[in-house]
Amino acid sequence: MKTLELRYFARLRDALGCQAERVDVPADIDTPRQLIAWLRQRGGAWDSELSGQRPFRVAINQDMSQLDDPIPPGAEVAIFPPVTGG
Amino acid sequence: MDAQVRISVQEADFDLTAEYAALRHGEQIGAIVSFCGLVRGWDGGVAMRLEHYPGMTERALLQIAHQAQARWPLTGITIIHRVGELHPGAQIVLVLTASAHRRAAYQANEFIMDYLKTEAPFWKQEVDATGGHWVDARETDQRARQRWEAEYDG
Repeated sequence: MKTLELRYFARLRDALGCQAERVDVPADIDTPRQLIAWLRQRGGAWDSELSGQRPFRVAINQDMSQLDDPIPPGAEVAIFPPVTGG
Repeated sequence: MDAQVRISVQEADFDLTAEYAALRHGEQIGAIVSFCGLVRGWDGGVAMRLEHYPGMTERALLQIAHQAQARWPLTGITIIHRVGELHPGAQIVLVLTASAHRRAAYQANEFIMDYLKTEAPFWKQEVDATGGHWVDARETDQRARQRWEAEYDG
């Protein structure tokens, strides 16, 4: 197992009903793609919101990341909708 | 030359004149370009709520400033973005770019705004009488940013 700090923002946080959580994930979860698949197993909004039908972005330790980037142990992983500032 | 870089994410309003004065020093500056973004009103609109990702947002803005510095000879960059609840007509974002030359200051300013809109973690929620509605990202903003990548590759 490894521990990750997950954070959710904006529309996604509202839809998931979760702002932040600490999770223990199986040791073989190394990328955002694998983490997303694992979170979708929770079903409900987790499955529908993270299915890819609506776009989302992932940041690892506060850097924008791609779905196949490595997640270091203990990382802060944030999942959020495309940004709309400015 | 290292540019003077100032990044701020804040609830408080900003003062263009004061920020401009802070960048205007020395004899090497030939141009300062300023961009002020305002909250545009809409039918039934009451307010705009701005959320950010504390820590990452400041980091992302600093990275954008550094990218601009790498592409243009700038003497100063100021980026201020407001968060919280803002009403139509309010100032929301300020970008100042200072350089020896006008063209660099203009281009860097536009580059920073195009990247800010697609890379910096801010999210807008429009508030009307029925509640808050998250604003969807726009394809045109993505294309505006990609234009700079094409220019860089070419």
